[in-house]
Amino acid sequence: MSRESEPAKKRPPHPTLPRLRGRVGWGPLKEAAIAALVALGLFVLMIGVRTDQGPTGALVITTRFELLAKIVAAVFVGRLLWALTRRQANVSIGDLVPASVKAAASGVAVYAAAAFLVFALIVPIVFYTNRYLLDLAILIVTYTMLGFGLNIVVGLAGLLDLGYVAFYAVGAYSYALIAQYFGLSFWICLPLAGIFAAFAGLLLGFPVLRLRGDYLAIVTLGFGEIIRLILLNWQNLTGGPNGISGIARPSFFGLPFNSTDNGFAATFGLQYSPTHRVVFLYYLILALALVTNWVTLRLRRLPIGRAWEALREDEVACRALGINTTNTKLTAFAMGAMFGGFAGAFFATRQGFISPESFTFGESALVLAIVVLGGMGSQLGVAVAATVMLGGFELFREFEQYRMLVFGAAMVAIVIYRPRGLVATRTPSVFLHEGKDIPAAIVRDARAETPT
Amino acid sequence: MEYFVQQLINGITLGSIYGLIAIGYTMVYGIIGMINFAHGDIFMVGAFLALIAFLVLVAIGVSAVPLALFIVLLVSMALTALYGWTVERIAYRPLRHSFRLAPLISAIGMSIVLQNYVQVAQGARVKPLPPLIQGGYTLFEGNGFAVRLSNIQIIVVVTTLVLMAGFSFLVARTRLGRNMRACEQDLKMAALVGIDVDRTISLTFVLGAALAAVAGLMFLLYYGVVDFFIGFLAGVKAFTAAVLGGIGSLPGAMLGGILIGLIETMWSAYFSIEYKDVAAFSILIIVLIFLPTGILGRPEVEKV
Amino acid sequence: MSRAEILTVEHLTMRFGGLTAVSDLSFSARAKEITALIGPNGAGKTTLFNCITGFYKPTVGRLQLAHPDGASFLLERLPEFRIAREARVARTFQNVRLFAGMTLLENLLIAQHNALMLASGFTVLGLFGSRAYARAEAGAIDKARYWLDRVGLAERADDAAGALPYGAQRRLEIARAMCTDPVLLCLDEPAAGLNNRESAELNAFLRAIRDEHGTSILLIEHDMGVVMEISDHIVVLDYGLKIADGTPDDVRNDSKVIAAYLGVADDELENVSAEVGL
Repeated sequence: MSRESEPAKKRPPHPTLPRLRGRVGWGPLKEAAIAALVALGLFVLMIGVRTDQGPTGALVITTRFELLAKIVAAVFVGRLLWALTRRQANVSIGDLVPASVKAAASGVAVYAAAAFLVFALIVPIVFYTNRYLLDLAILIVTYTMLGFGLNIVVGLAGLLDLGYVAFYAVGAYSYALIAQYFGLSFWICLPLAGIFAAFAGLLLGFPVLRLRGDYLAIVTLGFGEIIRLILLNWQNLTGGPNGISGIARPSFFGLPFNSTDNGFAATFGLQYSPTHRVVFLYYLILALALVTNWVTLRLRRLPIGRAWEALREDEVACRALGINTTNTKLTAFAMGAMFGGFAGAFFATRQGFISPESFTFGESALVLAIVVLGGMGSQLGVAVAATVMLGGFELFREFEQYRMLVFGAAMVAIVIYRPRGLVATRTPSVFLHEGKDIPAAIVRDARAETPT
Repeated sequence: MEYFVQQLINGITLGSIYGLIAIGYTMVYGIIGMINFAHGDIFMVGAFLALIAFLVLVAIGVSAVPLALFIVLLVSMALTALYGWTVERIAYRPLRHSFRLAPLISAIGMSIVLQNYVQVAQGARVKPLPPLIQGGYTLFEGNGFAVRLSNIQIIVVVTTLVLMAGFSFLVARTRLGRNMRACEQDLKMAALVGIDVDRTISLTFVLGAALAAVAGLMFLLYYGVVDFFIGFLAGVKAFTAAVLGGIGSLPGAMLGGILIGLIETMWSAYFSIEYKDVAAFSILIIVLIFLPTGILGRPEVEKV
Repeated sequence: MSRAEILTVEHLTMRFGGLTAVSDLSFSARAKEITALIGPNGAGKTTLFNCITGFYKPTVGRLQLAHPDGASFLLERLPEFRIAREARVARTFQNVRLFAGMTLLENLLIAQHNALMLASGFTVLGLFGSRAYARAEAGAIDKARYWLDRVGLAERADDAAGALPYGAQRRLEIARAMCTDPVLLCLDEPAAGLNNRESAELNAFLRAIRDEHGTSILLIEHDMGVVMEISDHIVVLDYGLKIADGTPDDVRNDSKVIAAYLGVADDELENVSAEVGL
């Protein structure tokens, strides 16, 4: 045991440096040693030894003991530091931010949303010459839209859907197939894709009505995988692993984006540039995302939106008040699915090519992470989370292999340290006297204890 | 007929592997009510550790197969158990009092971490191993088809039976088993009567991981190849098995495992092999919707 | 003149596996009266409530609800939300079930969900800003304001329901139930955790609901002060069986009831057993 009961030293303690003598004892060293031992056990074979295919095809091993030693040493040192600082001061990350900053930050949400929107509108102008950033922006807005759609299901209605990618896929494939077989324009195929996806949402919703929490999550995951496997194997319809290619590119309301005389550039007297199409695509997805956002905000103020949030809070109480929770859930699934379908249709037309590889469970996990990080039903939170996550992904592009590793670790860290996400308040949908935001701690969300 | 019997044998073997993994799921769900989404990846880690341990043994000169396998079994069980312990300490214990689905989200994150960790550490390509245990017996022949029972199949089933017996003994007769059952019934009360709940839960994870390690070794020997992705599919199927047999029930996990193994094998043999995973997912969905307590489970009444 | 009966329970039995929670129970509650269900813990009162409000399906028995206008409902056949919506039976819960993260006003608006859904044209009209919906919502807010005033929570209308103190939460739950304009209000231990002053206010409130709104009340309660003070009719349960049924005076002096609640002194045991019929 540590020798913490020693009499205090005469000198007053330094305010911030840890005191290493006297009060501390062997505890931290023991902790660090144990941590190092555990690390050694975990990594000795997996990191210490590397298997590769040798010239004959059989596996050959090489050792990486220096790397192993470095990692174990790092664990030892890290744990030691952590144990020491933890003993000296009960500091949490929240305490490091001064109260004045916190107060200012909470009032800033409305302005932040407006600033975000303005920035989003001028992105193509600012980054016109940077094709890479434009593509990244399109990606971010696409995932923001997916986040908005999933937000209805997870954030508002509290139904943990792990298979959202299924609706993205249904939207993309139905768009591709309809466009190819019937040659209809984007603007007609888009709503059709949404309808197909909504239908898929109803199909998914029906069986899971009575399920709660974990089981609902697993079943939706199962559905997502089934859809992907069907797309992968139903070669006649979907082209199997080869997918569908040659999907019609979008046109500017009939004017194609090419260098011909009746093209977009010629009609508006501009020099032809392939960037035109990219900019158009950006504004297209931005418009879709803004529509999704607007619809969601309106729905929150309508009875259905309130019923969704009530469903998340306490389903039993909803039923006791005469609300048909079956219909409420189905509506949530269908709406969320529809927006996912729209996003899928956009994805298809933007890429020109789709295959089942784009619709794996990892996508569902990513969109879920965006919604979770964004915080219960907050639209701004979703947008910020999408920017942070996808921007972060791109920043670490060189570390391709480590990106997913960090992503998984981040998911664990977020749910442990900041489970309520970035936006920690809920804004009520209607007021009698004056508006007040509700702190996160009171709001029950998708992840809450099912009341008994 | 002969073909059917062969599929039966194959199905039971595969099912034994699923059953060993399913025990881990069912124990954890029984004691703390969470689905350990990362358990399938623990199985995958176990398979990799077994592979690496074997290669190391061969490299240092231990080539007698039975001895090597014995050492590999012990080493991979111990180290995989350590992984199970670590995952619980880092990702689940801090969330013990958090909202209900926090551990599930954390588990998804851990699953991603484990898969990519192995991918980064060992490369993304499949790792083959030459068949270590060869030979078998021809049971009988007919219609030009010989029904074979291979040695590895015998080993898998016998190992599973032995472990099952040992495990049932542990749960029913030892103090640890009693503590586990108490925690399953009422966690708060168990803590109040002096059971070290944290330790009991940790040990549950450790034991589950150890069994998954055995399953990993069996998988490696039976199929001769591993890659970082086997955990996801095997995990889902084993979870289906746990739910089918009755989540929280040990014999249920084994029963469910055998059933899933048989269904998968029969489906691949008689219908289509491409859609066999669809069959697994569909069974999962059907069971969760229509029979959530499984075959051997106890029904729950919703308290209002 | 005897009042019309609003709720008739006939031969209700509820079994969970091997456990019989309610056994062959029959009684009726009269319209515009306050009927109390009392009995020791485990007597089956909340189970009975759950059967009446549709959360459990009775193993055996009939539950008939008769509206003053003649409409009649067989509650054992209906799912809980239809009992609330069509039969207009509202309830509160033993462990208060509010929408904690939503404001008091929002809680009361959700109670008026069905009417508002209709007015919003099942959302479609509301999405595009129909005036009919705006009017309906204003009317709903007025009704909410009325009930918030009645329970004294109007100034806190925009606070989160979860932030309220316990007694206020209970009052809010009753207010929320009343926003559904019920014909029968089922209250599960409304006085639990209330001090004497709050109990007296509750009594006045419940009487007012009965007298001004003509709502019949069925209540489970342990607080005898409340029960004896306001009930028109009391039904006593013990181990799932009905052991008394009558006015408060009848029940107060019933030896079976006394035995069930207070137990019996050892030397009196034989006498009381004979009297009670055990």
